[in-house]
Amino acid sequence: MSPKHILGCALGLGAILVPLVAAVQAQTTTAQQPTVQTDQKPPAAPQKTAQVHSDGERIFAQNCSRCHTAPDGFPPSISGTVVRHMRVRAQLSKHDEEELLRFFNP
Amino acid sequence: MRSSFSEIARLTRRAGLVLAMLCAVRHGVAQDTPLLSGGVGFFTNTNGGNTTYSPIIEPLVAIPIGDRFLIESRAVLTESFFPNQTGYDHNHFIALTYLQADYLASNHLTIVGGSFLTPFGTFNERLSPLWINNLQDGPLIASLGAMGTGIGLGGELRGSAISRNKYSIDYVGYFSTRSGNEQFNSERSAGGRVNLYLPEDRVEVGLSYGRLLQGTQENFYGMHVWWEPKDTAFRLRSEFARGHHAQGYWIEADYRTKAFGGLDSWVGRIEPILRVQQTFRRDQIVSDGLPLVNTQRADFGLDYNLPHNTRILSSYSRQFSSTRDANIWETGIVYRFLFPTWKGK
Repeated sequence: MSPKHILGCALGLGAILVPLVAAVQAQTTTAQQPTVQTDQKPPAAPQKTAQVHSDGERIFAQNCSRCHTAPDGFPPSISGTVVRHMRVRAQLSKHDEEELLRFFNP
Repeated sequence: MRSSFSEIARLTRRAGLVLAMLCAVRHGVAQDTPLLSGGVGFFTNTNGGNTTYSPIIEPLVAIPIGDRFLIESRAVLTESFFPNQTGYDHNHFIALTYLQADYLASNHLTIVGGSFLTPFGTFNERLSPLWINNLQDGPLIASLGAMGTGIGLGGELRGSAISRNKYSIDYVGYFSTRSGNEQFNSERSAGGRVNLYLPEDRVEVGLSYGRLLQGTQENFYGMHVWWEPKDTAFRLRSEFARGHHAQGYWIEADYRTKAFGGLDSWVGRIEPILRVQQTFRRDQIVSDGLPLVNTQRADFGLDYNLPHNTRILSSYSRQFSSTRDANIWETGIVYRFLFPTWKGK
């Protein structure tokens, strides 16, 4: 099998994969966000807290999850360090950093 | 004798200063405890019938100081066991990957000094940690624009230029001096990267530029496009880079389904990966780490994401070039750790 055939097959596989993913996702009725587990469980949510969560969760999904999956959990004592590290690595704005920290420590 | 006492006193004062800086970490806030993170793994690589075994650990330490400083460093410790004519031989490699101090100067600017990962393209800074990379190997073009070692010694300016609900732009620019130090080996260079991110479409487009400022001065150009559709665990990443003597690209897709009980179901933990890449030589002057001849490669990976930050990686790659075609089989297991360096309040 020549290189062109293999690369053709690989690209073809990719071309099949993309619509397949779209089809499977269209059938998925309950969309789940990647979960972030911290030792501190979020309290039962008043509306404002829920909004804060969604902002922080959105920022996490849009920035951190672009490169890696969420860790299973980490102690709240390092949440500030994690967020500061992410601010530098992912070039987050100050606002995003604050929202993310609130998401980890509701 | 007197000089040795004064030497000890000087060292004691320095140690005291370092301790005082560490103690300045805000214990009261209890969210800024220094952390230890990274990955530990065991990899096998079978190429042309020869199998290499590599246990590896990549620890990262991050120490916040006050409200605006962060010191971070990553190291790598690995041992490779590889076949020779009489059986197996081994060698080890221990080195600091980078050591940098970050100063959060304003809402939109962070100043970085020290030894840092060269900000060109996406792989070196964002995907190279072993617990992040989907495949054991990096792309063939990963060394393009990385200025030899992938490390710069000097300074960076980086941050979020604009962050809106519909788009955000971030930037990084750097200057590196030449260094022959064993731990901080770098080349004199300058460059930067700009990213545009569209959150609604989950599309990121970035442009990179680097210029080697020693020896024969060369320019490097890069562009990447990432797409991660909303509410899916599908990711499409692609990157192109062009140097003075070679160029190439890679396209990678990976997917986890939520259709059978979510990402944490046994089916949802399966992650197939496909990466296609090609490199092209523009001339025969070899200075960039790319293959000596035009090369095509297809990587077929299958990862399994176990609970507790553990991941099994496996892949088959077929590489074609005029010098040799090769089958490459790789397996590995990686554990990602993240914990405080000491128990905070």
